[in-house]
Amino acid sequence: MKTKKEKEKVAENTNGHEVITGAEAILRALVEEGVNTIFGYPGGAIMPVYDKLLDYQEKLHHILTRHEQGAAHAAQAYAMVTGKPGICFATSGPGATNLITGIANAYLDSVPMVFVTAQVVSNLIGTDAFQETDIIGVSMPVTKWNAQIKKAHDIPETLAKAFFIACSGRPGPVLIDITKDAQQEKLEFRYNKCNYLRSYNPTLPLRTRAIESAAIMINHAEKPLILAGHGVLISRAENELLQFAEKTGIPVALTLLGLSAFPSSHRLYTGYLGMHGNYAPNLLTNEADLIIAIGMRFDDRVTGDLKKYAKNARIIHIEIDDAEINKNVTVDLEINNDAREVLKHLIPLVHKKNHENWIREFRILDKTENEKVIKPETMPGKGDIKMGEVVRLVSELTAGDTIVVTDVGQNQMAVARYFRFSSPNSLVTSGGMGTMGFGLPAAIGAKIGNPDKQVVAFIGDGGFQMTIQELGTILQYKVAVKLIILNNGFLGMVRQWQDMFYYKRYASTELVNPDFVTIASGYGIPAKTVSVREELKDSLREMLDSKGPYVLDVRIDKEANVLPMIEPGASVSEVTLTYK
Amino acid sequence: MNTQEFTISIFSEDHIGITNQITIILTRRQINIESITASESAVKGVQILTIVVMTTPDMVQKVVKQIQKIVEVLKVFVHTSDEIIYQELALYKVRTKGLMSGNLIDRIVRDHNARILEVHPEFMVIERTGHKTQINDLLHLLEPCGVLQFVRSGRVAITRQVKELHAYLEEMDQANQQRPDDFDSYN
Repeated sequence: MKTKKEKEKVAENTNGHEVITGAEAILRALVEEGVNTIFGYPGGAIMPVYDKLLDYQEKLHHILTRHEQGAAHAAQAYAMVTGKPGICFATSGPGATNLITGIANAYLDSVPMVFVTAQVVSNLIGTDAFQETDIIGVSMPVTKWNAQIKKAHDIPETLAKAFFIACSGRPGPVLIDITKDAQQEKLEFRYNKCNYLRSYNPTLPLRTRAIESAAIMINHAEKPLILAGHGVLISRAENELLQFAEKTGIPVALTLLGLSAFPSSHRLYTGYLGMHGNYAPNLLTNEADLIIAIGMRFDDRVTGDLKKYAKNARIIHIEIDDAEINKNVTVDLEINNDAREVLKHLIPLVHKKNHENWIREFRILDKTENEKVIKPETMPGKGDIKMGEVVRLVSELTAGDTIVVTDVGQNQMAVARYFRFSSPNSLVTSGGMGTMGFGLPAAIGAKIGNPDKQVVAFIGDGGFQMTIQELGTILQYKVAVKLIILNNGFLGMVRQWQDMFYYKRYASTELVNPDFVTIASGYGIPAKTVSVREELKDSLREMLDSKGPYVLDVRIDKEANVLPMIEPGASVSEVTLTYK
Repeated sequence: MNTQEFTISIFSEDHIGITNQITIILTRRQINIESITASESAVKGVQILTIVVMTTPDMVQKVVKQIQKIVEVLKVFVHTSDEIIYQELALYKVRTKGLMSGNLIDRIVRDHNARILEVHPEFMVIERTGHKTQINDLLHLLEPCGVLQFVRSGRVAITRQVKELHAYLEEMDQANQQRPDDFDSYN
């Protein structure tokens, strides 16, 4: 307890500023940054913050997940659908380490997030105190930036920096670790948003000469191809991409995280790139004479064997992160800047053209893929239910007007291949990290971020059980997500590789599953199992029409493989349509 | 693999953890650090790290871009050994008895430009600055006398370029002033 004299002294020194605790300063900083939703999980060291949170309920809506990993994935999905940074709280030690998978996931997929972890009191740091982890050291390789706060008066400035760094340039997760005593200490609260750091300038100078060179290369190309990625969505350049493609008549292919940046139904859309991507854009990457890569990073799942990748093409790389340029693929022209800025300047310089003959080459290959893979997968007519057919039906029933969430593996590839996207940022998936268990908490975050939109998640029976406890979060907050379990009783993608590359030796991939309908009803969530085709469409419709959450357990073909496939280490030219 | 020696000079804000962030980037790529030195720079509050690595020209470009990406890093320069002026410093603790034969002390001081820092009945401490080869030459010369301890510092290097760090810092500040958003300063 402070004496009256001490209290007066504090008041004298405040220069009229409010004196609050560090814990309250954290919440005030979030309010100043326009945050209204937090995902998290309390614990010993973060109790001062949670205690104060009760007084901020009107401004800050806290979602208690059932595990910190769930909070991290939900906050990421929230960020992906709202364009606002995702905020996540956890306590010290295990609370903080449980976030790591989620942080790494957001880091690889460039999603702006601010993680606030609590730390043991500062004089215990370094002593292996109860629930102490060096989370700064642990999170360093998977955060864009991190910092520890041991003094309450550092809270406003450090959090302002955190928001600036997370959201600008190539976005990414930042982690701020705050000791318990800093949360309890008092400070004079003043908040100024940060938009400048001497050592970090995300606004890059526009090199007009490079853009002019790009226009010349584009105007002279015979077989140009646009490869667009997540950067287009992050910089909100979908309209510019559309204008650019339509003016130049250049066909467009998308990466996994680029999906929904260009309408799937557009005449210039050629499909999805990479290991399980579409036949034509993969194969014709090696026929193109010019590749215009926009906001993508030539991930190994896109390029296959680099020695045989795009050897006939000159490559223009429009990319905000300089470290991605010439990292995997050596390019002919680099434009290190924001996708939207570059496209805005490029569009007036390019000629109006069409490339009908070149596009015809794509359509011929599309026909082959359609006959050999797409039709049998999405409209099999007989036999077991196929993943592709479930995805196609949902796509048709919702007319593409929904946010689609996936887990990782075959379910994800089926969505990427067969869902017809019509509006930007309508896919939430774990790309770079490929985190199983992402789908269920991500669906929650997507729905909370966009409550007016239908959110449908496609999740395998394996991934569903990795974060199944988040059904409790759905129950508590009445989150109206539609969860489709594509249930084949296997870890499908691993089983597919065992089938194709390990002589069909199914080591630890077959699952003995619980009855998901019983589990869901334990959480008060309506659920149903479908195993025959005749009931599939009506069941999907029933699920989509239901008001609240819903779990639909769809029993699908147990041993189906996702095709086409570029085998690991193979070239994009070696994409195979059939197996066996 | 054509590996060669590169000297990476990293100017950064003086912030705890920078060295850790840099070594993470190098260890991921399996690049061994030949030497590392941290010190203040000519600009107040700016730290300089000098790291010597053996790698390929292609790889050094990739890691330098990743190091430049670290939020607190101001500017990174990479140089081959012929592009910089550099020195290393070594200390040798040698048995006094062994040094007393012939004109060895005279040679050490005149030919090797070494200094004697301390004389003790049992040992002497000798200091030499120079390039790694020169330091090793003196070590070989002293070995028969009985070297009790030997330690060499990391490389310190000065670049030949005319444009200095403060010029880059001014450019960074100017670029910020041209930004459209108003900058609320902390006061």
